Amino acid sequence: MYTTEMDKKAADAGLAQNDAEDPAKVARFEERVAADEFIEPNDWMPEAYRKTLVRQISQHAHSEIVGMLPEGNWLTRAPSLARKAILLAKIQDEAGHGLYLYCAAETLGTSRQEMIEALHSGKAKYSTIFNYPTLTWADIGAIGWLVDGAAIMNQVPLQRTSYGPYARAMVRICKEESFHQRQGFDLLLQLVNGTPEQKAMAQDALGRWWWPSLMMFGPPDDQSPNTARSMRWRIKRETNDELRQRFVDATVPQAELLGLKVPDPDLTWNEERGHYDFGEIDWAEFYAVVRGDGPLAKERLKARRDAWDQGAWVREAADAYEAKQAQRSLAA
Amino acid sequence: MADPLFEYLQRLGDDSLILAQRLCEWCGRAPSVEVDLSIANMGLDLLGQAQLFLAYAGEIEGKGRDEDALAYHRDAAEFRNCLLVEQPNGDFAQTMARQFLFSLHRELLLEALTASSDTRIAEIAAKAVKEVRYHVELSSDWVIRLGDGTDESHRRMEEGLDWFWRFVDEMFELDALETELASSGIAADRRALRGEFDRRMTEVVERATLEVKPSQWPLSGGRRGRHGEELSRMLAEMQVLARAYPDARW
Repeated sequence: MYTTEMDKKAADAGLAQNDAEDPAKVARFEERVAADEFIEPNDWMPEAYRKTLVRQISQHAHSEIVGMLPEGNWLTRAPSLARKAILLAKIQDEAGHGLYLYCAAETLGTSRQEMIEALHSGKAKYSTIFNYPTLTWADIGAIGWLVDGAAIMNQVPLQRTSYGPYARAMVRICKEESFHQRQGFDLLLQLVNGTPEQKAMAQDALGRWWWPSLMMFGPPDDQSPNTARSMRWRIKRETNDELRQRFVDATVPQAELLGLKVPDPDLTWNEERGHYDFGEIDWAEFYAVVRGDGPLAKERLKARRDAWDQGAWVREAADAYEAKQAQRSLAA
Repeated sequence: MADPLFEYLQRLGDDSLILAQRLCEWCGRAPSVEVDLSIANMGLDLLGQAQLFLAYAGEIEGKGRDEDALAYHRDAAEFRNCLLVEQPNGDFAQTMARQFLFSLHRELLLEALTASSDTRIAEIAAKAVKEVRYHVELSSDWVIRLGDGTDESHRRMEEGLDWFWRFVDEMFELDALETELASSGIAADRRALRGEFDRRMTEVVERATLEVKPSQWPLSGGRRGRHGEELSRMLAEMQVLARAYPDARW
């Protein structure tokens, strides 16, 4: 799954102008990035680049982990064994994505422990989409189709992002995400060809997930102050609005194929632009959810904290055992 | 009386299915991402085994029921799993104790079934045994690590194992039905596996600095559909959607 960088703070502006950084090094770094070279963990990089990346990659990792919860909500009730296995495999992939991403972020000098503490304290963000509830089985299809669909839009360009470990993690993740999107679409296809109740379930899911999916691309470009710098640094390769438009253009025909109605009265094909025009996103809702006021924001964070706290004794035991083993092999 | 082979395949399939369902309950709640991954991995293996055994069971029964009809449209009393797998997850130590005892018995059973005179069973067993060998390894490691970790983990692992000793014997029971199937080379003689199970189980439990405590009052009944209180509640959750829309295909 996916997160866009949503938690931008004006404070970063100061970091970009860090006087302590050697201008020659900065210039050399900018040149390498502009030439589409990969930056590797031991290469010199500006502090602001490092910080922005840690934030972006860890948000992405947190999103993968928190994203397991809304899907896990239906895992025990999946209506066939094959669907249960597909969903479990998908959730397992997401845990795996979370793991590669935490590892990629760790190469920048921040430990997983620190990142997880930041998530649990509410300091770090994750994708707002996971603060919405999964109310029916069709939501599992909608998440695959729309949420993973949006993720792909954003992640495909990130395979060419300037930071090597992030780009490489993204190559692997993208392959799995396209499988996730297909399974979501396939799940919905089965529903729309099923009983009237199943079709209604699919329509209801699209009705609830459409707008939050568009919000996944983050604030509009004119309210995204760091976009220019992030694009120059190749941390971001396309703007939020460009990616959102591409998603709408790709997804509307898929909704038509499913025979489902996109819940936007302003949605029309604009011949002149060669794109769909669509209605205004409820930005007040977007910012509320980013702030932590989403419908299930408290529940999601509590579930993660509880899992972590209740597992503390297991992690301590594993460390203690490892220490004992190390001592034993020394003594031997 | 139902076809003995149909009964036997349900036993094999239901053990996997019920344990897979229990493992699904951990999703997103494990002590670390790595553990979440490994639990999902075991759950997937077990689900796959359940699908294979139950699909075959449906074919043998010959009444048009497939693996989903068996999984979603039988009541608790029709399930043929052993009592151990339906036990609640408890804490992570209890879950790993259950996984260890089940997987070790299952590895030995599947190994024996690779020589089954029923080629379909032999094929499924050959695939499944490789998966279960890894489950034994993973769960043994946790039993040892927790038993020999901190005071708290030692106590929890001890309690975890203590929950299950009364359900161990049932996994090695050979009733008339299985005796008959074993004599024709289809089923494995579960009793013959007990010595090896005890030897390997004791080795792990002792390395975990814990004790084996054979039950004075072992429980059984799962193979005849006599289950504990928890199974029907667990099935109510698992089957809710399939039962609410019986005409739907998913």
